[in-house]
Order: sequence, then structure tokens, then C-alpha cells
Amino acid sequence: MGKKLLLEHLNVPGIQTLQVYREKGGYKSVEKALNQMTPEAIVEEVKKSGLRGRGGAGFPTGMKWSFLAKPEGKARYLVCNADESEPGTFKDRFLMEKIPHALIEGMITSSVALGANTAYIYVRGEYFYIIKILEKAIAEAYAAGWLGQNILGTGYNLDMYVQAGAGAYICGEETALLESLEGKRGNPRMKPPFPAIAGLYACPTVVNNVETIAAVVPIINMGGDEYAKIGVGKSTGTKLISAGGNINKPGVYEIDLGITVEEFLYSDEYCGGIANGKKLKACIPGGSSVPIVPGHLLLNTLAGEKRLMTYESLSDGGFVSGSMLGSGGFFVYDEDASIPYSLYTLARFYHHESCGQCSPCREGTGWLERILKRMVIDGQGKLSDIDLLAEVAKKIEGNTICPLGDAAAWPVAAAIRHFRHEFEWYVNNPHEVAKIKNGKLNAPIPHPLYEMV
Amino acid sequence: MSSINPTPAFSADTLEVVHSLIKRYPEGKHKSALLPILHLAQAEFGGWLSAPTMDYVATILNIQAIEVYEVASFYSMYNLKPVGKCLIELCHTAPCWLRGAEDIAGHLEKKLNIQFGETTPDGMFTLKRVECLGSCGTAPMFQCGAVFYEDLTNEKVDTILTDLRTANVQSSYVDSDTFRRN
Ligand SMILES: Cc1cc2nc3c(=O)[nH]c(=O)nc-3n(C[C@H](O)[C@H](O)[C@H](O)COP(=O)(O)O)c2cc1C
Ligand code: SF4
Ligand code: FES
Repeated sequence: MGKKLLLEHLNVPGIQTLQVYREKGGYKSVEKALNQMTPEAIVEEVKKSGLRGRGGAGFPTGMKWSFLAKPEGKARYLVCNADESEPGTFKDRFLMEKIPHALIEGMITSSVALGANTAYIYVRGEYFYIIKILEKAIAEAYAAGWLGQNILGTGYNLDMYVQAGAGAYICGEETALLESLEGKRGNPRMKPPFPAIAGLYACPTVVNNVETIAAVVPIINMGGDEYAKIGVGKSTGTKLISAGGNINKPGVYEIDLGITVEEFLYSDEYCGGIANGKKLKACIPGGSSVPIVPGHLLLNTLAGEKRLMTYESLSDGGFVSGSMLGSGGFFVYDEDASIPYSLYTLARFYHHESCGQCSPCREGTGWLERILKRMVIDGQGKLSDIDLLAEVAKKIEGNTICPLGDAAAWPVAAAIRHFRHEFEWYVNNPHEVAKIKNGKLNAPIPHPLYEMV
Repeated sequence: MSSINPTPAFSADTLEVVHSLIKRYPEGKHKSALLPILHLAQAEFGGWLSAPTMDYVATILNIQAIEVYEVASFYSMYNLKPVGKCLIELCHTAPCWLRGAEDIAGHLEKKLNIQFGETTPDGMFTLKRVECLGSCGTAPMFQCGAVFYEDLTNEKVDTILTDLRTANVQSSYVDSDTFRRN
């Protein structure tokens, strides 16, 4: 069994309350940070830990913090990204619901490090019941003196607020999130300037994911070096994985980075294997924006090495034969799942969520959705549509303000690269398409190159 | 279906929450309170945002009405048209689809005898398709108000619909207690 750093006390009754959380050692990192460490020393520990952003991009957190501008007389902000809308991802919700003080403690310790006196937690609006939980936990923390004026008698002040979103995936992109927090439409900003220089209200701002901020607690408690001993290479520490799709045990699991994908997928401690005795066709291992990989390339790299649950191993082979760890939204396709239909649902998603600022993204995602619809729903696809899809995706990629455009394009390229035969099947069997109910194939479409496992 | 309230005005209780929300942001940055206040307005004024409601919110924040319209039309949780008492938002994105979301979609349409995007003639239910709600591990699922109904089966859906109909209350994401801290 792996180490549990974030979810160690998951099953302790009452862990949602400050009292029980405190009994289990909670808020020690705040005491340590305020009484025994300088802000620079805290940043240094986070750097040593090797912690990488858990929101999807995997950028080193300590480095991001060290970029924060510190002009005299200007407020600095910490903003927690709890927008969690990447399809397949539900770990932040789980953490906030089960152990809300883990996030609040991490927010306080991180704010001390950054010299922020105001911190916001931007939660997607659909999670209103989570907002209630957080508001309650924040009230407890204020009452006990962990928030407010002169915390622990050190003269440090911190206010913390929850902000509700209102349904927009794009507000997970950090500059769109800041726009939304300012009460505007969630249109991503041009960068530079980066939020570290001009973020919320044009002040220096750090935006971090929920899990990233929660991970600061064990890092300060155990020390960065100790934290870095968990994991493999540049993938240090533990990671929450949201496991879903056609598996026996969907749920949120905390893994040591570096276990094999095979262990994660098949062991009873985690996913428990493919549901209903079916075979494994494919997997999207890091949220809908990362490339889909066929089963054999999920378990082993092209070079035949066992694939590990790390940033490096999952991306081994690049976009040709690999994928990405991303947000850790790991969802599995069994032999009956139609890849073109799946792609259709994703194209529909990106089209719906495009903010509309850039024409390649706004128009391109619409084209992807329409072409896929005529292929998989109406049974009117043409062979040339397959290349047309790839071409439209290419025209979006790299030509937009924010990475949502790329996120919409990449899944198309990967699905066609690995499963072109399924798209061809849809085109060649128009009369069969109507018989497919809800994207569940009546019989597997055999892969020309390999057997499913 | 709720009719337009010609002169919307928050209750004293909600107004208190609105004023405490505005204090969460620095001097002059009160526009930041717009999203949460629109949620409160939608909850209090019949489950949707009419033009008079949006104008009223603009006066509270002392901003232009257009600034409110811009925001209200951007985010999917704000309804710009009346909806039924219970807005059922079924997730249909890939991870939910893998676990049978479309079967539940078909069952809902059959059971309520309406299509997605429509409201039952008695004004009780509106069906809406939405994208990933962060509930993919407990899929298929739908949201109604602040409640997530998860691991759905047809039988479970039937029970939920009956319960909602019996309760006969307007579903809403927030109440004035949501942002209160005690
Ligand atoms: C379209 C889009 C959606 C995103 N959604 C999220 C999200 O829901 N949660 C999140 O933490 N980061 C999301 N990100 C990444 C953020 O922009 C940002 O990198 C992250 O919050 C930084 O935190 P981290 O370094 O702790 O991961 C998204 C990025 C893009 C381009
Ligand atoms: S890429 Fe798409 S989502 Fe991003 S700014 Fe452009 S239009 Fe908006
Ligand atoms: S895909 Fe439906 S909740 Fe995530």
C-alpha cells in the first residue's frame, strides 16, 4: 500500500470538523510556517519537494511561487482553482467534501509563503453543496483564530473567501478564472503579463489547484526532501487520481507516483479491472484534453517498458504513442465503447465550452462537432471526413489565445491515429449506424493491428 | 412556470447577505460580487433571470445593465428563460456516457413525455443536458438544484421524480444561507 498524505484521515469520523481535524495533527503546518520559518524558507521547501501543479499542466509549484512580483504597497493574492471541470476529473470535489480543512490549512500556509493577506477559493457553481461545507470550515477557522487578524499572535493577517462560479469550463483556465472573479465573462486574457505580475485586480497573484495547495501541508510538515523521496524522478509525491469509465471500482485514489498503470488498473486496491468481464480497448488517463491511448500502449510503452503513473512515463512516446498525466482524470473504455462516438461527445463539449474569442476555436470546434454528428449519429459520414476532421483540428492547434483550442484538437488527432478503422467502419456501414444504441457497439470492431487485452 | 416579477426586490434577509458579499472584495471592486448575487437573484425570483431582475441587480451594484446581461448570458447556470420547478440537468459528457448516461436520458424523456430542452405542461420539470459535473465516478448522474443524484438506474430515476413531484418545491442552487458563515 502506498503512502497516504492527503487522504490519510479520510475515514476518521468527524474529520470535516476543525476539532477532529486538529486532533489528527491539523494546522501544524501553519504553526510551523508562522513560528519557525521565513516565507522564503517555505518556498524553498516547496521547491525541494519537487511538487508539480496538480491542475493539469504540471508546472513546478515552487518555481511558480518564486516568480511572484513583490512591489511595495501592492496587495498580493492567492487564488485557489476549484473550478474542476475537466471531463473525467472529480478529485478536488472529493477532497473538499471529505477533508475541507486540508485545503484551508494549505491555503493559509501558502498565503504565508507568498505574503498574501487575502485569498479566494473559486469553486465551480455546480458544487454549491461544497461551497456550504467550505464556508462552514472557514467560519470554524476564523473562530479558532487561524484566520483573521494577528494569527497566532504573529501580526500576520489573512482573510479567506469562497467565490462561486456559474457553469463554464473555461473559467478553469487561470486568467479566465481571474476575469470571472472580477465579475466578468470568463474570457481568457492574453499573456504576458502573467498573473504573477498582474493577476487579480492587476495585482501579483498565484493561482493553484486545490490538490496542489493541499499538498503544501505534508510538504511543510515532513520537509521537502522527505516528500521528494516518494515517487520516481521528476514525478514526486502522491497524486489523487479520479478513476472512471468501464472499471469495477470507480472512485478517487491517492497513489504514490510511480506505480505501474497495470497495478492501478487491475489491482483491487484501485480500479479493480475492467467491468463486466470485458476487454480493455482504450483509456484517457489525464482528463479529456489529453490523447486517448489504446490498451496495449496504456500498459506498456512502445519500447515495451511497463508504463508508470508518472508525468514522464505517461507522456513517453509523445503524441504518437503516449498521452499525459494531466489532471489525473483516468477513464477507461471497454471493447463495446465506440471511439468515434466518444470523440463526438468530446467535440460537443469543447464547442459548448469555447468562450468564442478566437475564431479558430469558436468555429473549428463547431465544425468538429457537426462532422462527427453526421458520421456517428446520422450515418452520413464520408471517407474524406476523416481527414477533414484531422485538418480542422490542425487549424485550431496553436492558433488561439488559450490552450482550450489545443485541448479540443489533440483528442481528435489521437483518436484518428489509433482508431482510424472505427471511423472507416462508420463510413462504410451507414445502415449499421442506426442500430448502434447510444454509442455502445453491438459487436467489437476488430483492430487491424492488434488484439484487445 | 413562474411569471415575471415586475418590481423585483430582495428580502431583507437576502439583502443582508448581498451586502456582506460585497465586503469580500477590495474597495471599488464590488463588481466581483456579481456572480454570487445573480445566483441569489435567480433563486429568489422564480428560477430565472428576467430583464427587470438583471436591471435590479445592476442598480444594487451600481453598474450598467449591459454588464449584467453580458455575464448572465455567458454562464450556463443562469437561466434567461423560465424553467420548470425542478430543473433536471443530466450530464452527457464522455465519462458519463461510458457509464450509461444516454440510457438515462432516454428514460427521462419517456417518463416525463418531453424532450430535452422542454418543460412538462404542468410546469414541474425541465430537462437540460449539461457537460461534466465532476461526478464521473458516480455516473450516470443528474443535478437538480444543489443536489447531485448519482449512480442512477431507471428505477432510481422513477423514485427521485416521484419524490421531487411530492415535495413540489422550486429547486435552487443557493439559498440565503449558502454564503453565511455560522
Ligand atoms: C481550458 C482549461 C481549463 C482548465 N481547468 C482547470 C481546472 O478546472 N482546475 C485547475 O486546477 N486547473 C485548470 N486549468 C489549468 C489552470 O490554467 C492552471 O494551470 C492551474 O490552475 C494552475 O495550478 P497548478 O499549477 O496548481 O496546477 C485549466 C486550463 C485550461 C487551459
Ligand atoms: S482558445 Fe477558445 S476558449 Fe480559449 S480564448 Fe480562444 S476561443 Fe476562448
Ligand atoms: S462526465 Fe458526467 S460528471 Fe463527469
